[in-house]
Amino acid sequence: MTFALIGNQNCGKTTLFNQLTGSSQHVGNFPGVTVEKKEGALKRHKGVSVVDLPGIYSLSPYTAEEIVTRDFLLSGQSDGIINIVDATNIQRNFYLTLQLMELNLPMVLALNMMDEVRASGGSINIKALQDELGIPVIPISANKNEGIEELEERAIETAAKKLAPKRLDFCRGEVHRAIHSLAHMIEDHAAAAGVSPRFAATKLLEGDPIMEASLKLSKNELDIIGHVADEMEASLGTDREAALADMRYDYIQRLCAGTVKRAGETKEQKRSVKIDSVLTHKIWAIPIFLGIMLFIFFLTFGCIGAALSELFDMGIAALTDLTAGVLSSAGVNPTIRSLVIDGVFAGVGSVLSFMPTILVLFFFLSLLEDSGYMARVAFVMDKLLRKIGLSGRSFVPMLIGFGCSVPAIMATRTLSSERDRKMTILLTPFMSCSAKLPIYALFTQAFFPRHGTLVMMGLYVGGMLMAILSGLLFKSTLFKGNPVPFVMELPAYRLPSARNVFLHIWERAKDFLMKAFTIIFVAAIVIWFLQSFDFRFNQVTDSSQSMLCSIGRLIAPVFAPLGFGTWQASTALITGLTAKETVVSTLAVLMPAGLAEPLTFLFTPLSALSFLVFTLLYMPCVAAMAAIRREMGSVRSAVFAMVYQTGVAWVAAFCVYQIGRLLGF
Amino acid sequence: MTLNELPVGASATIKAVGGEGALRRRLLDMGLTPKTRVMLRKVAPMGDPIELWLRGYELTIRREDAKKIEIVEERGCP
Repeated sequence: MTFALIGNQNCGKTTLFNQLTGSSQHVGNFPGVTVEKKEGALKRHKGVSVVDLPGIYSLSPYTAEEIVTRDFLLSGQSDGIINIVDATNIQRNFYLTLQLMELNLPMVLALNMMDEVRASGGSINIKALQDELGIPVIPISANKNEGIEELEERAIETAAKKLAPKRLDFCRGEVHRAIHSLAHMIEDHAAAAGVSPRFAATKLLEGDPIMEASLKLSKNELDIIGHVADEMEASLGTDREAALADMRYDYIQRLCAGTVKRAGETKEQKRSVKIDSVLTHKIWAIPIFLGIMLFIFFLTFGCIGAALSELFDMGIAALTDLTAGVLSSAGVNPTIRSLVIDGVFAGVGSVLSFMPTILVLFFFLSLLEDSGYMARVAFVMDKLLRKIGLSGRSFVPMLIGFGCSVPAIMATRTLSSERDRKMTILLTPFMSCSAKLPIYALFTQAFFPRHGTLVMMGLYVGGMLMAILSGLLFKSTLFKGNPVPFVMELPAYRLPSARNVFLHIWERAKDFLMKAFTIIFVAAIVIWFLQSFDFRFNQVTDSSQSMLCSIGRLIAPVFAPLGFGTWQASTALITGLTAKETVVSTLAVLMPAGLAEPLTFLFTPLSALSFLVFTLLYMPCVAAMAAIRREMGSVRSAVFAMVYQTGVAWVAAFCVYQIGRLLGF
Repeated sequence: MTLNELPVGASATIKAVGGEGALRRRLLDMGLTPKTRVMLRKVAPMGDPIELWLRGYELTIRREDAKKIEIVEERGCP
């Protein structure tokens, strides 16, 4: 038996899902889109599973999330619907409930946050609500784990007996007449398509193109539908979409008038207004936000995260030594030993050492998200990002990109629209990540000792500028379609639950480990192989004879117009793909011995600058590429990202070098 | 008068919702339907977007979108 868990955003859906399933969750994507789909088995009932659908407000045909939800419900993959509703915000939550009920599937209503309603002096007549709606209504508090067992039992009972909602009729007057005449007319088509006639009629009346296509209506029938809709519009003096939205809210208002007693704003809402008087204050909002982010960065990259990373590194090093010892004492072939130690352990180990940083960062991010602060950040920062076709929601992932692209790309999952998510993923790698700092430090010290800060700042700003330019480009080409409107709820601040935060981190850790042991594992072996052998498959002693360096020599001419067409530079750039700081160590290894200023042997100040610009912008490391592939949901998009970024890097470095030469540097 | 012209702290009743496609539908879905009372609670630090209070919850929308919502301002204290 499978249930679909559906509700608005911020109504406690994830908390309920976690309460129902514990940690037995499986995260994936819906086929064809990068909309997340979580599935889990009920803790207390064997053989019953729940699918956590995206948080949505309506079943309109406009967003990927809403279409996916609709398709899932209509596909017959679920035996019943658990609709979770935020009782403190009942009117707007019921709007989705009414649309779900029209599907005529077994359904129960979980009335969440009832504790908050009661605590602030309000009350809801559950019995009356249940009678009026004709579906089981169960008051719960997902946070306090109250009412969950009853919810499970009622849901299972409803689905087992296939009890559809007892009433579907919420409409009056003109809308009522129109819906009913359409429902009658298309009954056969709806049955053939496996849709409830009522739902089909409502959607047709709204002018829903998806429903029109799936019902295979004749030209004549479409004409009649158009006519019915026109007549309704004419007599109501409004258009079809507004008429139906109005009908639903009108019913909800009557329903609530009889069943809900509200004592104005709840305690949590009043508290939120107070908190917001500081956090979204006209002057203080932005400094406070930057302060919070700085603090998180400091803790993640400077303090806790760094200490944990060091500890982790030590662990990996100890394990490596141990394995190396065992392998040599067992007399294992030295090539195999090198594969294990220099290839797998070194490669996967260097990526794994990111892990503590990522987990610490996600701990803070999950606090920001679950508390409701992230929505405020979007509110405060929206204006800045709007010009490049994004919304304020993308600000935090991009900011994290300055630390590390991997968690930044993973953080885009909180964005509610697929379009924004993809665009943010493409732009985030332009934020110069912290692994590139050693490269900048090495070069500025060697070539621009007096203007180090200036060069460094220039690079950071350059990256941001490139992101803005790319955003403008994408907005008018790749992502030309209508952006998802920025009409966003600001939920009341709530204390994040330890359980949710823990499960969130655990999910990310699993995700990252999986990557480390698949894509990154293979990449590490490939790089090791290229580094250790020449083209006759003899193991090399001098690294400059390896396949990798031969490839470096082969592609070096590509970089000649950028001013650094040496094989050392191109080889360093290739190894930089495992992790950006490797560029530094590779250059050190490949440098001819006995030079006082080895870098000046390979670079002039101008070509050094061009090299820095290239490293700033070219494709991110393997770990980030793996994250891009995962979050974009297709290899093609990941390859596009790779080619685009490397292309941009080449062009930018070319401009820097050639213009610099013209200016006589 | 349109919603973007409402001063901070003032309340109004929605008369009509303009715009088209996804945006308009989203506004309607979120409860910005005719006859609904809204209060403008706050303006973001950079002057945009705005924060509304309606149907017992807080909603933020951009000024350019608020421009498409016609309102009748309520006089006196809400």
